Amino acid sequence: MNSDKLQITTPSDREIAMTRVFNAPRRLVFDAFTKPELVKRWLSGLPGWSMPVCEIDLRVGGKYRYVWRQDSDGTEMGMGGVYREIVKPERIVATEKFDQAWYSGEAVGTVMLKEQDGKTTLTQTMLYESKETRDAVLKSPMESGVAASYDRLADLLGGTK
Amino acid sequence: MELTGYGDPDSGRLDATFAALADPTRRAILARLASGEASVNELAEPFAMSQPAISKHLKVLERAGLITRGLDAQRRPRKLEAKPLAEANEWLEQYRQFWEASFGRLDALLLEMADEESKSSQAKMLHLKTHAKKRRRAKPNRK
Repeated sequence: MNSDKLQITTPSDREIAMTRVFNAPRRLVFDAFTKPELVKRWLSGLPGWSMPVCEIDLRVGGKYRYVWRQDSDGTEMGMGGVYREIVKPERIVATEKFDQAWYSGEAVGTVMLKEQDGKTTLTQTMLYESKETRDAVLKSPMESGVAASYDRLADLLGGTK
Repeated sequence: MELTGYGDPDSGRLDATFAALADPTRRAILARLASGEASVNELAEPFAMSQPAISKHLKVLERAGLITRGLDAQRRPRKLEAKPLAEANEWLEQYRQFWEASFGRLDALLLEMADEESKSSQAKMLHLKTHAKKRRRAKPNRK
């Protein structure tokens, strides 16, 4: 199932993009991204985590808030933001900030849904305040220019974990 | 929506690693060192850069624990330290795994949603048909 594979790319200096194909029409994918009872079903986090808070006020200027909890020790982490643009069923733009962000400032997330032959291609893009922030989040090791070198590095590092 | 990166006791070091990796020259230096240790001069060669400029980058990499100095006192070769990079890789891998797991659950949910939708539209069709039949039956049959 190659088309289902998650692709992570860096379309510009300040962005990280993820692309994934879903075998469903985009109105369903849109619902799954915007209805709290549905979001909770799939964005529940890593194994051992639950999502006790999932609030969505789906309108421009409306807020959303997600909180995850590690069931074993009660550790919580939360994030939220404000919707900037909502075009049902193809586009959602919202700010995003974690309660304890390890990078500075707010990011802007864009979800784009394109439908073809009953399948939906999701492109989720995160735009950070600066190149430095984006790099700090995760870009550097994925830099395309040295991707090959990093593959070699990965081979080299494979045995050291 | 990055779930990872929290509660990591080594997050300061991870920050240093990512900051060090944010520069293309430093990444190229690491890529070069991946194929074996090299002296400062050897490292400076492929870059249009002065030796002091290269040394500055090497200091950043050294501080991040990404490289160390080899034993040869004269050449003072730099070599790659695998662990911090492995940690950074692991972080990225966690990011990917988080989204792959989430999207896997989304696949299952979408299937369920599509199923329910087709069931409810079938029920609607059935309802309409029954309704139409009733209406037909209600009409007096003229010939």
